[in-house]
Amino acid sequence: MKQSRSKNVAITLFIALLLTPVYWLLNMSFKTNQEILGGLTLFPNTFTLDNYAVIFSDPSWYNGYLNSMTYVAMNVVITLLVALPAAYAFSRYRFLGDKHLFFWLLSNRMAPPAVFLLPFFQLYSSIGLFDTHIAVALAHCLFTVPLAVWILEGFMKGVPREYDEMAFIDGYSFPKFFIKVFLPMIRSGIGVTAFFTFMFSWVELLLARTLTSVDAQPIGAIMTRTIGASGIDWGVLSAAGALTIIPGILVIWFVRNHVAKGFALGRV
Amino acid sequence: MAEIQLKSLAHSYSDTPGGPEDYAIRQLDHVWHEGGAYALLGPSGCGKSTMLNIISGLVQPSEGDVLFDGKRVNELSPRDRNIAQVFQFPVVYDSMTVFDNLAFPLKNNNIPKSRIKARVQEIAEVLEIEDKLYKKAKNLTADEKQKVSMGRGLVREDVSAILFDEPLTVIDPQLKWKLRRKLKQIHEQFDITMVYVTHDQLEASTFADKIAVMYGGQIVQFGTPTELFEQPNHTFVGYFIGSPGMNLIEVERSAAGVRFRSTQVDLAPWQIELLTRLTSKNIKIGIRPEFIELSPTASDNTYQAEILDMEDLGTYKIVTVQLDQQEMKVRMNEEFEGAIGSRTHLSFPQQWLKLYVDEFLVQEQQ
Amino acid sequence: MQKIQNNRAWWLVLPVFLLVAFSALIPLMTVVNYSVQDIFGPGQAFYVGTEWFKEVLGDERLQDSLTRQFMFSGAVLLIQIPLGISVALMMPKSGIKGSVCLILIAIPLLIPWNVVGTIWQVFARGDIGLFGWGLNELGFDYNYTGNTVDAWLTVLLMDVWHWTPLVALLCYSGLRAIPEAFYQAAEIDRASKWAVFRYIQLPRLKSVLIIAVLLRFMDSFMIYTEPFVLTGGGPGSSTTFLSQTLTTMAIGQFDLGRAAAFSLIYFLIVLVISWLFFTAITQADKEQ
Repeated sequence: MKQSRSKNVAITLFIALLLTPVYWLLNMSFKTNQEILGGLTLFPNTFTLDNYAVIFSDPSWYNGYLNSMTYVAMNVVITLLVALPAAYAFSRYRFLGDKHLFFWLLSNRMAPPAVFLLPFFQLYSSIGLFDTHIAVALAHCLFTVPLAVWILEGFMKGVPREYDEMAFIDGYSFPKFFIKVFLPMIRSGIGVTAFFTFMFSWVELLLARTLTSVDAQPIGAIMTRTIGASGIDWGVLSAAGALTIIPGILVIWFVRNHVAKGFALGRV
Repeated sequence: MAEIQLKSLAHSYSDTPGGPEDYAIRQLDHVWHEGGAYALLGPSGCGKSTMLNIISGLVQPSEGDVLFDGKRVNELSPRDRNIAQVFQFPVVYDSMTVFDNLAFPLKNNNIPKSRIKARVQEIAEVLEIEDKLYKKAKNLTADEKQKVSMGRGLVREDVSAILFDEPLTVIDPQLKWKLRRKLKQIHEQFDITMVYVTHDQLEASTFADKIAVMYGGQIVQFGTPTELFEQPNHTFVGYFIGSPGMNLIEVERSAAGVRFRSTQVDLAPWQIELLTRLTSKNIKIGIRPEFIELSPTASDNTYQAEILDMEDLGTYKIVTVQLDQQEMKVRMNEEFEGAIGSRTHLSFPQQWLKLYVDEFLVQEQQ
Repeated sequence: MQKIQNNRAWWLVLPVFLLVAFSALIPLMTVVNYSVQDIFGPGQAFYVGTEWFKEVLGDERLQDSLTRQFMFSGAVLLIQIPLGISVALMMPKSGIKGSVCLILIAIPLLIPWNVVGTIWQVFARGDIGLFGWGLNELGFDYNYTGNTVDAWLTVLLMDVWHWTPLVALLCYSGLRAIPEAFYQAAEIDRASKWAVFRYIQLPRLKSVLIIAVLLRFMDSFMIYTEPFVLTGGGPGSSTTFLSQTLTTMAIGQFDLGRAAAFSLIYFLIVLVISWLFFTAITQADKEQ
C-alpha cells in the first residue's frame, strides 16, 4: 500500500523537529566561542574546524573517546560470550529454577544504577580495578547481559530443535554444532543483541563516571568536567558532543535490517 | 453486473520494465461472464494472484483496461467495486467473535441489525460453523478460520463477484473436497460470479464450468475441463492437465510429416500443409497417455518400443515405454499385462495426435 | 517447541549467573549490610536495625522526591506512549524510505545521556539556544533555570525528545509484523481507518505496548544524568528526582547507612511495579 501524502508530510515534520536540537549542536560546533556568545546565528558566520581540532589534538579529549570505545567493545564481547550459551539453555531446556533465574536476571535490568554506585565503588576499589576499562565493562554487564539473554533467547526459540538433533545425528559435537551451525542461523539476532548492548553501554554515564577517574575516563565524564577559567568552552563542548553521536549512527546503519526484527520480538 | 472484461491488459511490478520478463501479466484479453464459476489455473508465479488483485482493485494495471459492464474501472478503489476476495491465509480478526467477524463487512455498509443477524446465520449454516458463532475467533482451528475468512467474502449481498485466491491451501486434504462441494453449492444457490485461483487441476475441474489456464502471464486457453483435456491449445495445457500429462516430443519436418531421430511420424495432409506454410523450427507433437494404443503385434503405422516400467494404480496402470530413446507414458486399464523389457507396439490415432508450433496448437482450418 | 527437562543446562547458564551475581549479589549484600548500621567512619559502625528504614520512610525530602518522581513518570507515560504509536503509524512501511526513517528517528536514542542533557541545556537557553531564544521572541517569558514550571516543561520535553523514538520503533516493528493480506481484506470489506486501527493494528500492538510501558516506566523512574546535566535538580529542588536524591546522599554526603536503606526501598518499588508488568507480559505472550 502506498504511503499517503499526509503521512509523508507528518513524518517529515516530526523528523525535522526531532533533529533540530542535533542540528543546533552541529551548528555550534562549527562556530567560535565569540560568535556563539555574541548572538544567535542559524549558520556559522565564520565556519571553523578549530573546535574539532582541539579534540583531535588534545589527549585529554580524545582519550575520552578511546576509553569509552574500549570499555564498550569489551562489554559487547563479554556479554555475547556469556549470554549465548545461557540463552541457548533457556530456549531449549527446562531446569531447576529456570523461571526464577530468568526473572532475577531481568530484575537487574530494572535496578536503579544509583543503587549500585556506592557498593560498586567499594567493590572495584577493593579488588584494585578502580579506574580501569574492565571495571566499567563488568559493571555494565549487570544490565547488558540480562538484556542480551532475553533478546537472544527470543531469536533462538525461532530455530526448531530439529536442527540441533540433525547436527548431533550427523556427528557434530556440541561446540562444533553451536559455532558452525547454530550461530550462523541466528546471525541477525546476534547483530541486534550487539547493537542494543553497544547502545546501552555507550550512553550510560553514571556508573562509567563513578568507577573511573583519570585512566579510563569516558568522554561523558570529560565533557561534564570541562569548565575552564573563562567559563564553559561551548564550541569544543559542542564538537565533543557531536562526535559522540557518530559511533551510534555507524552501528545502527550496519544492523539496520536486523534491528527492526529485533524490535519485532518486542524485546528491548 | 453482466461481465468483467480485461482489455489489452499488461502489468509490470517495476516502474521501468525492460523486456517481457519484467511483466507479471503480458498482453491479455479476456471476458468473465456473469454468474459463471471459473477457475484460474496455473503454476506458481504465472500471474494468477496479480490478475485477481487487478480485478478487485488492489493493484492497478500498468497497461490496459479493466471494464465492468463496459465501463472502465481502473481508478475505482476496491471498496467501490462490489467485489469480495478471499485470501490464501485466513484473515480473521482475533479480538472478535465469529459472528462479529462475519458481520464486519455488513456493519461497514450500515446494514440494519436484523438483516445482519439473518445473513450471518445463513452463511454460517452453509459453511457449517453456526455452532461456533459466539466463540472468539482466535480459538478456532486453521480450517475453521479459513471458513470464517471465506464467510466474510460470501456474506455481502451486494457483491457481483467473489474472487478466491487458493483458499484451500491451509485446509486438511480430507476437508478440501467437502469445502469445494460447499463452494459449488453456494455458487448454485446464490448464482454469483466466482473466480477461483488454484494450481491444482483437480480442484479447478471439480469447481469450475470453464477453466482459464495461465502460463507466463498469459491466458493460454479458456475452456471446459473436457476441452482442455481433448484439445489442449498450448503445450503447457497439455503438460499441466491430466495425470500424467501429455507426452510431448520435439520433432523436425520430414517428407510425410515429422521426424525425431530415426523415427518417422506421419501427419494428416492438412497438418503437413500448414507446416510448410509456417517457418518456425519449434515443432512438437503431443499425445495423451490415455490415447496411445499398445499392441503385442506389429502392424501398419505402429512403432516398436520397449516397456521400461509399469505402475499399478489400482483401476489403471501407467506404462513407461521407450521409443527410439524417447520416453513416453501410456495409460492402460487394469487388465493390461506386459513384462518389463519386453517389446510392444505403439500406435498414435490420428485424431489424438496434436501438432504444436511455437508451443501453440495447430488446428485444422475450416 | 517443547523444552526438555535437563538440569545439566545449568553449566551453560553458569557464566551468566556468576557474572551477574558478582555484580549484583555482592553489592546488594553490602547495601543490606550498610542499611542496618550507622557508619561514622572507617571501622566505626553501629548496628541500628531498622532505624534507617523508619527514618527514610518518614524523611520529607525523600517523600517530596518520590512524589516528583511519580509525577514525572506518569507524565512521561501519558505523553510518550500515544505519541510513539502515532509516529509508528506514520512511518513508511518498507523500502529505503523506511530504513532512512528508522535511522533518523533512532538518533536521539544513541546519544550519551550527558550529551542529551548538554544539548538541551544549550538549546533551551535564551541567549545561545534556538529554542529558548525562539520562545522569548514569540513573547513567552521563558527561563528554565529560574522558573519551576519552565524547568519541568523543559525536562519533560527533553525526555519526550529522547525516548519517544523507542516507543515508536517498538510499535513500528509490531505493525510491520501484520501481513499485508489483513489490510487488503479490510480494504475490500470497506473498513474505516478507525476500524482498521481498532481491530487489526491495536490488538497486534498489545504485547509490544506492555513492554514499552514497562521500559518507559522503569527507565523514567531511574532517570539521573539528563535532568542533572540540564537543570542540576533546580531551580531549588523542583526537578530533583529520586536517583539524584539518592546519589547526593550516597556520594555527596557519604551518609552510607541512610543511603543504603533508601537504595533498598527504591529498588523494591521498581521491582514490585515491574513484576506486575512482567506478569502482564507473560500472560499476553501465552494468549498469543
